[in-house]
Amino acid sequence: LFVMADEALFQFLHNEVIQYIYKSSEHGEMENGRCITKLENMGFRVGQGLIERFTKDTARFKDELDVMKFICKDFWTCVFKKQIDNLRTNHQGIYVLQDNKFRLLTQLSAGKQYLEHAPKYLAFTCGLVRGGLSNLGVKSIVTAEVSVMPACKFQVMIQKM
Amino acid sequence: MSRQSNRTTDSKKMNAELFTLTYGALVTQLCKDYENDEEVNKQLDKMGYNIGVRLIEDFLARSSVGRCQDFRETADVIAKVAFKMYLGITPSVTNWSPAGDEFSLILESNPLVDFVELPDNHSSLVYSNLLCGVLRGALEMVQMAVEVKFSQDTLRGDNVTEIRMKFIKRMEENLPAGDE
Repeated sequence: LFVMADEALFQFLHNEVIQYIYKSSEHGEMENGRCITKLENMGFRVGQGLIERFTKDTARFKDELDVMKFICKDFWTCVFKKQIDNLRTNHQGIYVLQDNKFRLLTQLSAGKQYLEHAPKYLAFTCGLVRGGLSNLGVKSIVTAEVSVMPACKFQVMIQKM
Repeated sequence: MSRQSNRTTDSKKMNAELFTLTYGALVTQLCKDYENDEEVNKQLDKMGYNIGVRLIEDFLARSSVGRCQDFRETADVIAKVAFKMYLGITPSVTNWSPAGDEFSLILESNPLVDFVELPDNHSSLVYSNLLCGVLRGALEMVQMAVEVKFSQDTLRGDNVTEIRMKFIKRMEENLPAGDE
């Protein structure tokens, strides 16, 4: 039985990209913010590219919630081989997507001391979501937080254009 | 790098595209960060090496391939198992040197370069150089020192992409450190 392991390859690349972005930076708030932004921007471009190529045949979405459900199901499954576990919204443009076992965090140790590094492993994906949404005609701000590894929440704030 | 998108995809290809697109974003970032192509090539090789030294464990765990008896077997495993597993392609193994210490992997298509065109001012860029580092790093972990380089590249106008691999020497297994 032959199984593709390209997901593993992406994870290795993702980790290496993070190391690269951070290795020449100095420590400190400003520099960390710059690195997070770089990672987020890379994710944004990739997210745009992914949507550009795979939604050609999908019918148009009937509303914003429909778009978010697509992100939670189809998009997340394609990228992370699983769906978002929980979607909540205040019906006023804020959505919280919960992934109880986020693939890109599972390799990080669960100890509390690693929690401070978790944002580095979320930045690219925040951009991915923002980029995907952008190409679906939705402008947003995406942030993420980890409370207990490897569960995390992505918060999407829709921006009225 | 400009792209032409003219094909539909199905979800099975999606994940491979995630890697391809991310790789493209990385190369773009490196081209911004470094003055010249040579530096970018070096950086890609280095990053590939870092990936390779970890990837080998992942590979050995998934493939249950045993220790290769010789370089020919290594070549076959790389082409038929590793490349297939991680990139979904099976390069052909050809152009063996008489001494049996050098061979080529011919890639009819290179998934990394789907939709990529090299701009004119990057003629020395070896776009897929990460792969050379990955192979070098992975083999080093199984005690083989090799030289890996692209000898043909479709991005630079060649008909095929050719990776040339040369066996340098067998490395000693790391022995436990003695008294400092």
